[in-house]
Amino acid sequence: MVTREQVFAWLEEVKDPEVPVLSVVELGVVRDAQVAPDGAVTVQVTPTYSGCPAMRVIEESIAEALRLRGAPRVTVQTVYSPAWTTDWIPEAARAKLEAYGIAPPGAVVADDSLVPLRRAHAAVRCPWCKSTRTSLQTEFGSTSCKALWRCEECRQPFEAFKAI
Amino acid sequence: MNTPLFEALLRLGDDRLVLGHRTSEWCGHAPILEEDIALANIALDHIGQANLLLGYAGTVEGAGRDQDALAYFRDAVEYRNALLCELPKGDFGVTIVRHFLHGVFSVLQWEALSQSTDPTIAGIAAKALKESKYHVRHCGEWVIRLGDGTDESHARAQAAVDQLWPYTGELFMQPADEASLVSAGVSADVSALEGAWRAQVSDVLRRATLTAPEGVWMQRGGREGRHTEHLGHMLAEMQIVARSHPGAQW
Repeated sequence: MVTREQVFAWLEEVKDPEVPVLSVVELGVVRDAQVAPDGAVTVQVTPTYSGCPAMRVIEESIAEALRLRGAPRVTVQTVYSPAWTTDWIPEAARAKLEAYGIAPPGAVVADDSLVPLRRAHAAVRCPWCKSTRTSLQTEFGSTSCKALWRCEECRQPFEAFKAI
Repeated sequence: MNTPLFEALLRLGDDRLVLGHRTSEWCGHAPILEEDIALANIALDHIGQANLLLGYAGTVEGAGRDQDALAYFRDAVEYRNALLCELPKGDFGVTIVRHFLHGVFSVLQWEALSQSTDPTIAGIAAKALKESKYHVRHCGEWVIRLGDGTDESHARAQAAVDQLWPYTGELFMQPADEASLVSAGVSADVSALEGAWRAQVSDVLRRATLTAPEGVWMQRGGREGRHTEHLGHMLAEMQIVARSHPGAQW
């Protein structure tokens, strides 16, 4: 009989297709899972960004991973609330992101202003040389979840996970 | 079927679908690479929001239509987006000013709807709020840069404000059939958002040395399905693949 803990352990091996260093559990996309008495598994996932094109692939990978390991029936449900936040990414996963070359997200700062021009950014550390003398190039990077930064110390461009 | 809820979800979803598609027209054409990526991302967020809202609309309707059926197999008269969203993308100034004007509205609308008594609407709104906030930040910064920039950028930004302003009034016209939804706390009264919208927009326009026209006639019709001729052309392009090969899979 499959247990909930086992389901989570298996899902630790399902990686985000765009950030393959993080599992879907570490990313916070997997919210919960239940195993019914007849062994049917239900997994709740929440999308990162509304338009994240990786979500369909993530849902399919979750279902496939569980079926391959013998779960007889798998249902993946999408939940929207509470809204996904990078605050759910645990410390250990942040270290993996940095080692992979992506600056991990800082803490989400409550922001009441609508048009906070000249927004104060928390210092983002360069994943290559670890300098905090860095500057934001654009809030829109190669994927919805990342922004493009540049290190003023080692002059390397790098991607940073947006705190959201 | 809960008809008022279905209609309310179409208004929410169609605004984002049509504006998202218009924004996607910049893909590969934006003035600089970073902006090309930014506009593509903003378009994607809007289409993602529309995907959630129209998906829910299909569930509420209960007639077996999913978000794709609603997006690709409705004609212009069945669309409920505000006219502002369907106008051609224009130059970069029009695109940015429109996103700013609609974005501030969106932030206020999502903020109100994140308190909805309907948990699905509240969940989608809380998520979309985070996205609309950084869209507004991005476009607000551009409005100031263009308005308070060169003579050319100022003239174009001011022309964009003048062109788009008559289409902003419709955003705050509360549809009569939503009264029961508003009193039940499911929907939010858009007319109550206008004051906050004006305050935010005026603040940025002032910093951008731009002025909003006063006393202009406000255009309306989109919420009732009376659209400009531009929407039909846009839908023709957006829907042709789905309609030429119905049910196609890849």
